Amino acid sequence: MRLIDIVTTASSNMFRSKLRTSLTIIAIFIGAFTLTLTNGLGSGISSYIDKQVGNLGAKGVLIITAAPTAGFSTSDAPKKYDPTKKTANIASEGNRSVVVLTAADVTKIRATSGIKSVEPYLSPSIDFVSGPSDEQYVASVTQYVQGANYTLKAGSQISNNTTQAQAMIPLSYVTSLGFKDAGDAIGKTIIFGLTNGLGEQVTVPGTIVSVQDKSLLGGTSIQANTVLTKQLYAAQTTGLPAAATQTFMAATAQFDPSWSEAQITTLKNELKAKGYMAQTVEDQIGTFKTVINAIVWVLNGFAIIALLAASFGIINTLLMSVQERTKEIGLMKAMGMSGSRIFLLFSGEAVMLGFWGSLLGVGVAMIVGTVINQIVLNGFLKDLVGLQLFTFPPAAILIIMGIVMGIAFLAGTLPAYRAARQSPIDSLRYE
Amino acid sequence: MAISVLQTDKLVKSYGKGESLLVALQDVTIDIKPGESVAIIGKSGSGKSTLMHLLALLDKPTAGTISIDGQDAAKLPAKELNSLRNKKFGFVFQQFFLNANASVLENVILPLKIAGVGSAERKRLALKVLEQVELADKIKTKANDLSGGQKQRVVIARALINNPQIIFADEPTGNLDSVTGAKIEQLLFDLNAKHGITLIIVTHDEDLAARCDREIHIRDGRIIANTPRPKGGQA
Repeated sequence: MRLIDIVTTASSNMFRSKLRTSLTIIAIFIGAFTLTLTNGLGSGISSYIDKQVGNLGAKGVLIITAAPTAGFSTSDAPKKYDPTKKTANIASEGNRSVVVLTAADVTKIRATSGIKSVEPYLSPSIDFVSGPSDEQYVASVTQYVQGANYTLKAGSQISNNTTQAQAMIPLSYVTSLGFKDAGDAIGKTIIFGLTNGLGEQVTVPGTIVSVQDKSLLGGTSIQANTVLTKQLYAAQTTGLPAAATQTFMAATAQFDPSWSEAQITTLKNELKAKGYMAQTVEDQIGTFKTVINAIVWVLNGFAIIALLAASFGIINTLLMSVQERTKEIGLMKAMGMSGSRIFLLFSGEAVMLGFWGSLLGVGVAMIVGTVINQIVLNGFLKDLVGLQLFTFPPAAILIIMGIVMGIAFLAGTLPAYRAARQSPIDSLRYE
Repeated sequence: MAISVLQTDKLVKSYGKGESLLVALQDVTIDIKPGESVAIIGKSGSGKSTLMHLLALLDKPTAGTISIDGQDAAKLPAKELNSLRNKKFGFVFQQFFLNANASVLENVILPLKIAGVGSAERKRLALKVLEQVELADKIKTKANDLSGGQKQRVVIARALINNPQIIFADEPTGNLDSVTGAKIEQLLFDLNAKHGITLIIVTHDEDLAARCDREIHIRDGRIIANTPRPKGGQA
C-alpha cells in the first residue's frame, strides 16, 4: 500500500464514526488549546522582558562588585575583622558586611585581560530636580551604562562618549518639570539639587537629550551620562575626606560585545579569582525570567495532563474501531496487506486525530490569545507599551503540534499493534 | 501433464495440546491443476473451511506441505506470501465482507490499493471488472445500497481485479436466493471456462458441487472421496 493511500484511508476511516471521532478530537483540542495559550503567554512575557532587558543594560557590560566575604550569616556570632578588606556596614542588612571597591580595585580590574574599560559605578543621591516650572521634584539618578538601548518617546540615546552633561528623563516627569510634551523637553536644561559634604545645598545643570517611554522595568529614575554623574558625585562629595570619595559599591566594565557565552564565563571566573563578582545584565534579570519560566512550565504541566487524558480517549476510540473493523482487517490481511502496513494504517489514524485536534486547538488558542491581547492591552495593561501578552512564534506552534501528534501516535500504538497482530482467519470467522 | 497449481502432501492441522487436542484435518493429500474447478464439500465442522484456509495460505499446517506452482509455501518469507496472495488469489465470501459505507469503486479496488497500484490505473481496472459483472453503472453507489446478488457480484469483481490465478469461494451462494445464486454460480463458472481461472469452492450445496470438475468430500477432517469428472461431463 502506498503511503498516500495509507494517509487517505486512515483519514477516511477516522470519520466513519463521526460522534466518537469528534469527542476524541475535542479532548485533544482542550489539551492543545491550553498548551498553546500557556506557551503563548510565556513567550509573550519573555519577549517583553527581553525588550526591557535591552532597556536596562547593554551587551558587553559587566557589573562588578567585590565578592562578599560571606552570605547571610546563619549564626548569630559576629565575624572576625579582616584588615585587608574594606567593609562598610549597612544597617538595613543586619549583620551582613558589604565589601566596597576602591580606586586600587578599579586599577586591578582594568588590568584583567579582555576588559576594555572600567568605570566606577557612582550613585549620587540628589535632593530634587527642577525644570522650567521651577517646582522641585524628588528623583533618583542612575548612571547610564554605555550601550543600553532604551525605548524612547523622543530624542536620542544618551552617550558616555561626550563632554556634555546629558540626562534622560522618564516620560512621567515631562509635564511636571514644565515641558509641553516629550519633544519640547529635548535640548532643555534641568537643574539637580543636592547636599554636599559640608551640608550646603548645591545645584548642577544637565541637558535633556532623551525622554524614555513608559516601561515595566527601570522607567522611574533619571539616567545620567558619565560626565553628568561625575559632576553630581563631585558636587555631593565636596568637603568629604578623600577616602570616602574613593569607594564605590560597584564598577561597570566594558568588554567585546561579540563575545561568546564561554568567553564571558572565562572572564567572570578570572575576576572571581581576583576576588570580584561580575554579572552581566542578563545575569541580573535572569532570576526574574527563571521565575516566569517556572510558572509557564507549571501551566504547561496542566496542559500535558489534559493531553494525557485525551490520549486515553484516543486509545479507547481506536480500540473500538479495531474491534469494529476486525473483519475488514482480516480481509485486508487475506488480500496480502502486511501487519506493518495495518499498524501504519491505525497509528496513522491516531496521528490524524492528533493533527486535527492540535490544529483546532492551536488555531482557536491563537484567535483567543489575539482577542485577549486586544482587550487587555487597551484596558488595564495600557501603560505597558510594547507588551504583547500572548505571542505565538511559528516554531513554537509547530513544536506543540508535533508534541500533540507524538502523544497521539504513542496512544495509537497499542490498538494499532493489536490490529497488526490479528490473524486473518480468526478475523474472517468473527461473527 | 501441466504442473499443479496447488498441491498438498499429508496435510495435518490440529488445535490445542494433550487431552484437549483437536485434529481438524488429517492426512489430506490433494492436487489441483490449473484451470480446474474443485468443490470442497462437507458438513459444517468437517474441516472444509480449515482446508480452504490452508490452501489459501492464510494459515500454516501442523504437519505436511503445501506447494504452490511447485514451490513449498512454508519456505516463502512472509512478504512473498503476502504478495502471492495479493496477486494470485481472489477471495469470495458468503458474508461478502464489503465496507458498507464505501462506494462500489472503493470496495473493488482494495486489492490494488494494497498492491500499491496508482489511482488512475485502479479506476481503469475497476471499470473493466465491473463491466464484467455488469455493475459498471453502480460504481459510485454505496455498498450498503446494493441487493444481495449485486453485493456478491461486487465481491467477485474485487476478487477479479488483480487478474488472479485462483479464486477461493467460501459458500458463495449461501446468502442468496436460488435465482440470484444461480446467476452468481454461472458467473463463477464462466470465469473458470473463459479465463481459465482455477476455482476452489467450499460448499455444502451438493448441486453446486456437482457442477465442478472435481468434488472433494471431507468428513471429520479426512478426505472420504475425491472424484474427478470428465470435463464438460456435468448435467
